[in-house]
Amino acid sequence: MSHPKTALAARPIEFYGYGISYLKGREIKGRLIVVEGPDGSGRSTQVDLITAKLESDGHAVVNTGLKRSEFIGKGILEAKQKLPLGKKTLALFYAADFADQLEHKIIPALEAGYIVLADRYIFTLIARSTVRGLPRKWSHDLFGFTIKPDLVFYLDVEPDELFHRVFQKYSGLDYYESGADLGLSDDLYNSFVKYQRMMVKEFRLMEEKYGLMPIDANRPIAQVNADLQRRIDRYLHEKA
Amino acid sequence: MLGWNCHKMPRVRTRNKLRGKLIVVEGIDGSGKSIQLHLLDKWLRHLGVLVFNTEWNSSAVVKEITSKGKRRALLTPTTFSLLHATDFADRYERNVLPLLHAGYFVLADRYVYTAYARDAVRGCHPQWVKRVYSFATKPDAVFYYHVPVEVGVRRILTGRPKLKYYEAGMDLNLSNDEYESYRIFQSRIIEQYKAMASKEGFIVMDGTLDVEQQQRMMRERVLGLLPSELAKVASKELSVT
Repeated sequence: MSHPKTALAARPIEFYGYGISYLKGREIKGRLIVVEGPDGSGRSTQVDLITAKLESDGHAVVNTGLKRSEFIGKGILEAKQKLPLGKKTLALFYAADFADQLEHKIIPALEAGYIVLADRYIFTLIARSTVRGLPRKWSHDLFGFTIKPDLVFYLDVEPDELFHRVFQKYSGLDYYESGADLGLSDDLYNSFVKYQRMMVKEFRLMEEKYGLMPIDANRPIAQVNADLQRRIDRYLHEKA
Repeated sequence: MLGWNCHKMPRVRTRNKLRGKLIVVEGIDGSGKSIQLHLLDKWLRHLGVLVFNTEWNSSAVVKEITSKGKRRALLTPTTFSLLHATDFADRYERNVLPLLHAGYFVLADRYVYTAYARDAVRGCHPQWVKRVYSFATKPDAVFYYHVPVEVGVRRILTGRPKLKYYEAGMDLNLSNDEYESYRIFQSRIIEQYKAMASKEGFIVMDGTLDVEQQQRMMRERVLGLLPSELAKVASKELSVT
């Protein structure tokens, strides 16, 4: 399918909450598409496939993700190794990192008319904080400076299936992604499944509030991709 | 030492009440707030009170990352604000809150009000900043050291020190001259402090009075936070000296 090469229509920048006062009134021409989902959900693979397709259709694409800002991203990893950080501290650290990317990368790209494809956005950060006991309201307000994406997909995989995928890929489980810091179970498999269910519950709660679209990612890669691509194409056609 | 310590403090433990006390000083650079807090610290220790000091932007973990960004002058107001909030949260979660639970007198050289003032001047949404810091407990006393901007600036700029980029507010494009920028920046922060003073219940101190006089006034206010028996002893001491 070939795309009409007309430019995407410009619109004013729209924030979730109080926003960034000094950016109010700016116009963005690009589109922000988010793919959320746990490790092992095929998220990165899908982001790569979508990027390739959009580029072949003639769109300029920029990829972003969590922990990727130039100077803060590395700091988080170093700090985590040195000393355990409190949950508010960690949440704010990630928010700072995210703000850096938002203002230095995402917003400039959107202003220039790029399609920004985000490998996770604030929703993973909010869910992680909530399952660790921080109030949802606080996280929501904290991320009030972020802009509303055009599309948010959530790759939904059964925790049991996810376990097998992660185990096969890394032949082990990540400490935090298994919720091992939460003391859910002595058994890492049980901890992983419990943790993932808690995360899924948070994503469900966010569906309506933030317009998250759950995508059944238990299916093979190609099927999931076709599903995602169809929705993205439809959106871009309508909004062109 | 008067041989009194906080472990013997009467344990009034209601659910939300912290056993310790949180005392904060605020004011622009050069307002003399730090020396006042230092002298208060000496006095409390002399009385045998358990004291812990905490200073704005001093978390070891966060410092390194913040200064990297600062050196490269890359920080937007939002990132800048969040990094300071991270620093605050680290000190709060690691030290301030546990020690307040344990009955310490925590002395904070700047608290959330510094963020309210500076971030507002930098263009962050004031309500957003307040929400970010909403987890922080309200202090038992906030001493705001007010000085006219010229006084604070003169104290800092005597000897023409090299000002840091963000310290001078150079990111705000107030002036190309860093000293002029610094002066405008500080005067805007004073405006912010003034605007929040009564709402936040600041104890406004005249930072142009002499140091000893100010300290005496501060100690008199802090008497009310001491357990009654100790307050009696301390009060007698104060009236003799």
